Amino acid sequence: MAVYKKVYRPYEGRLTGPLARLLVIPRYAFEDLHRSKFLNTFFIATLIYPLICALIIYVQHNASALQLLNVQNARGLISINVTFFLSLLGWQSVMALFMAAFVGPGQVSPDLANNGLSLYLARPFSRVEYVLGKMSILVVLMSLMTWIPGLLLFLLQGYLEGWSWMTDNARIASGIFFGSWVWILLLSLLALALSAWVKWKPAAGALMFVLFFVTSAFGATINAVERTHWGNLASISYLVGSIWVQLFEGANKTTNGAVFFRSPIGEEVPLWYCWAGLTAIVLACLYMLARKIRGAEVVR
Amino acid sequence: MEPVIELDGLEVCFDGRPILKKLKATLTGRSIGLLGPNGAGKSTLLSTLLGFYPPSAGTARVFGRDVRTHAREVRGLIGYMPENDAFIAGMSGVRFVRLMAELAGLPREQALERAHEAFFYVGLGEVRYRTLGTYSLGMKQSAKLAQAIAHGPKLLFLDEPTNGLDPPARSRMIQLIQEIRDRGDLRLILSSHLLRDVEECCDEVLILKDGNIAAFCNLEEERRANRRFLEIETRGENNGDFLAALERQGCETAPGAQGRIKLIMPDGLEVRQIYQIAAAQNVQVRRLNHKRDSLEDIFLKAMEAGDGRL
Repeated sequence: MAVYKKVYRPYEGRLTGPLARLLVIPRYAFEDLHRSKFLNTFFIATLIYPLICALIIYVQHNASALQLLNVQNARGLISINVTFFLSLLGWQSVMALFMAAFVGPGQVSPDLANNGLSLYLARPFSRVEYVLGKMSILVVLMSLMTWIPGLLLFLLQGYLEGWSWMTDNARIASGIFFGSWVWILLLSLLALALSAWVKWKPAAGALMFVLFFVTSAFGATINAVERTHWGNLASISYLVGSIWVQLFEGANKTTNGAVFFRSPIGEEVPLWYCWAGLTAIVLACLYMLARKIRGAEVVR
Repeated sequence: MEPVIELDGLEVCFDGRPILKKLKATLTGRSIGLLGPNGAGKSTLLSTLLGFYPPSAGTARVFGRDVRTHAREVRGLIGYMPENDAFIAGMSGVRFVRLMAELAGLPREQALERAHEAFFYVGLGEVRYRTLGTYSLGMKQSAKLAQAIAHGPKLLFLDEPTNGLDPPARSRMIQLIQEIRDRGDLRLILSSHLLRDVEECCDEVLILKDGNIAAFCNLEEERRANRRFLEIETRGENNGDFLAALERQGCETAPGAQGRIKLIMPDGLEVRQIYQIAAAQNVQVRRLNHKRDSLEDIFLKAMEAGDGRL
């Protein structure tokens, strides 16, 4: 019907399924994000480090390139090993933190400020689907920055080095994948929970950094004052770093993490404490979201 | 007619404080008004029907579907226009309505087409590409109506649709609601504390007070019944003869001060005949009103009842 015919008519066409509805939120969000020059530039910039890594891997396996660069024994300069991939994951995860701080606060708070939630939830669309929809925006962005380039580099190295290298180092691949997901889920939930509770977007973004860096400083202070290692439990970066090292290397620990995600050797706390700490943060975030994501506010 | 809403002992509590108290009613009208003073529980009832609040006891059904067990299905049937400002920041009007239609399950192309249609229908066609934040209050109300109807719901919830509108915008909104009602494609529930809005748009009214049902009436029937009540103001010497003549025609009369007469006309007697009788008795009819037990009377009676029940 032409739009100039100003009459109301019922809709009798087909309806989409729940999955298609779930994808509506990220689709609209990506359209909006795509319009931001700053975010586009930042996202592209986050791929520079993986590109450099790819170049290093390529050069290491290319004799003519090495000859051209007049570099002898290049394998001794940079080893493609656990540390290499952990460093990649560490840097990319810091970039993911920045991305979450830029994008996350704009997800829930505008809907809350403008009473938009009642409109979402008055449709065949649940609170869980709303959170998943919003979370998927961050998950996709951060996946493109962490485990996807990580695994591509792993495959590149495996392709150039040979099948045996891949099988010998399969744990690195699983570490990249699961380690990234631990960080991505934690960051996404933190970003959404802060977005739900802090309506001013810059404040919510800043709080992400505060949680990450200040908790580390707080943990270090407790360690120094109390001469203990248990202060590390207050540090998100330590918790994540410990889990990464475990995921990458298992019990045979040769590194202490990478970048900001370090668990120094000799300062360990039992791993299950780390998992429990992260689980507590996740549960707190879920509780915060459950309190705020409602179709209607309860007037008490 | 198929019941739209069935409330069966519905109770909703916040922190143990009952907000809706054992509501029991079956609403079947084409257009149902929810009336009540502020805090009576109108919006809470709508929110409960939408599944925003879980019932503490009892059940509520929308088109026979339990709101607790079939919440998703129920919400698929409903278009909701909330009371307060509600929109998605930074979006153009048409994109907002399209998003809402897609979330309701319409495929992309249909959602876009219907978003445009809905915007033209509510009279915002020319401003549909403007950001919602720049809309006036009246435009925002219309945009809310557009998002509520874009997906073609079977039941429309309108929560205070004329809130904050100036008189022309209010009449336009009421006219739209009447048009939607008269097409008969969907049922509507209009929650308001403005009697005039409900009276102009609804054929059935549920009056709430303190979380109780204070009154429930069919306005159509009330209007039909009220048509036989008249209030007349007369001038002339022969008022007594005029009254006697009316009674001979089967009218029940009650004379008042200063020539005022209240009367109930029997079936078959028309207003025109009243004038003829008056002329025959040399009495002037200066004013003749259908003495209606108006919605206002019904509402006031309901509010006067001490415990909120009639």
